Amino acid sequence: MDNLDVNKNGINDNTSKEKNDNHHNDNHYDKKKINVYLDLFLSFFKIGLFTFGGGYAMINLLQNEFVLKKKWLNEDEFLNIIAIGESTPGPIAINSSTFIGYKVGKFWGSLFSTLGVVLPSFIIILCISLFFNKFLEIEIVASAFKGIQACVIFLILQAGIRLFIKLKKTPFNVIVLFCTISLMLCFSLFAITFSSVFLILISGVIGLFIYLIKLIIDKNKKNKENSEVNKNV
Amino acid sequence: MYNILIIFLTFLKIGAISFGGGFGMIPIITEEVVVRGWMSEEEVLNFIAISESTPGPIAVNMATFIGYNQGGILGAIFATLGVVLPAFIIILLIASILKKLLQYKGVNAFLDGVKPVVVGLILSTSLTLFVKIIFNVKAIEGASFKFDYRSLIIFAIITFVSVFVKKVFKKNLSPILLILLSGVLGIVFFYI
Repeated sequence: MDNLDVNKNGINDNTSKEKNDNHHNDNHYDKKKINVYLDLFLSFFKIGLFTFGGGYAMINLLQNEFVLKKKWLNEDEFLNIIAIGESTPGPIAINSSTFIGYKVGKFWGSLFSTLGVVLPSFIIILCISLFFNKFLEIEIVASAFKGIQACVIFLILQAGIRLFIKLKKTPFNVIVLFCTISLMLCFSLFAITFSSVFLILISGVIGLFIYLIKLIIDKNKKNKENSEVNKNV
Repeated sequence: MYNILIIFLTFLKIGAISFGGGFGMIPIITEEVVVRGWMSEEEVLNFIAISESTPGPIAVNMATFIGYNQGGILGAIFATLGVVLPAFIIILLIASILKKLLQYKGVNAFLDGVKPVVVGLILSTSLTLFVKIIFNVKAIEGASFKFDYRSLIIFAIITFVSVFVKKVFKKNLSPILLILLSGVLGIVFFYI
């Protein structure tokens, strides 16, 4: 593990020198391909092993590993990945591991990452099915899980706050954020089943509309200016 | 063999049509499994409880569980493969053309629209979880407020430790350490 860490640091140093280049990863990773795959696999294996309480809790672990520690992604790229993961089908864990794996190590990177994230839960569930059906009835296990539940609240909150801090505080963002939070709280308090994907799609389309309207206004302005220039001439 | 194929296809379908992660998947999985007569609703609820508390993505846990229950180890492998494959392929396609995609301002505008929702969803999830776990309620109707002070204490300790380490040592405490700590705290508060 130590050797691996040294290699990673070496890579990171190189990349930080060439920060002007937006897609700085690709070339440097060629030499250390195998190490990168192993690194991806182990990182995601670790994350898969310690993700309790589903995808949103995993966001904190992903953030910690790839944004804060390894610096393979910045907060904005990370938020992009989560946004894409939320607007496409499938578990967010699989979406984000495939994505991050691809960004770091192309196809094989994504394969090893996804394998890494899936394997721990696959093995654990298989063991539970095989050996102890009454797993949750073991009192000491249930107690530990209750403690972890409380921790999951904090982890999700922390991930959310980190992303909130990096989010540009435009009027649009603030209004949408406020509406989302209040709507989701109402839905869950009154036990209304509502798929959050609708909120995601609606807001995405609104974002697209605002962009188009701005585009049209800008064009009109330019046309007016042009015609005024022509008149003056 | 036919049985395994059905398991694979069922979970392939579940993986392809479910949005919003594991929690969004639960109703779809329940419906498929109950309608096919594989399990009773109560058994599924049991599986959900275990899937939510064991580590890993809930979708993968459920798929492994139900796959094993229906077709042994092969069933577990193919169910998991089925639930993972659609997301894997879709994201692989998107990731491979992302650089080009992001050159379109329209795509960026869409993603910029999605971003505040995602942040809002994450924050609201933590708030709902807080209400559910600390106050032991599932919904306002038929509310039986049972204040769970022990969970609140654990939450407070975890928050304090994380903020303290961040402020004093200028370091981000690994979430894995926090999870291990909370597990120990759970045993201390609920078991002993």
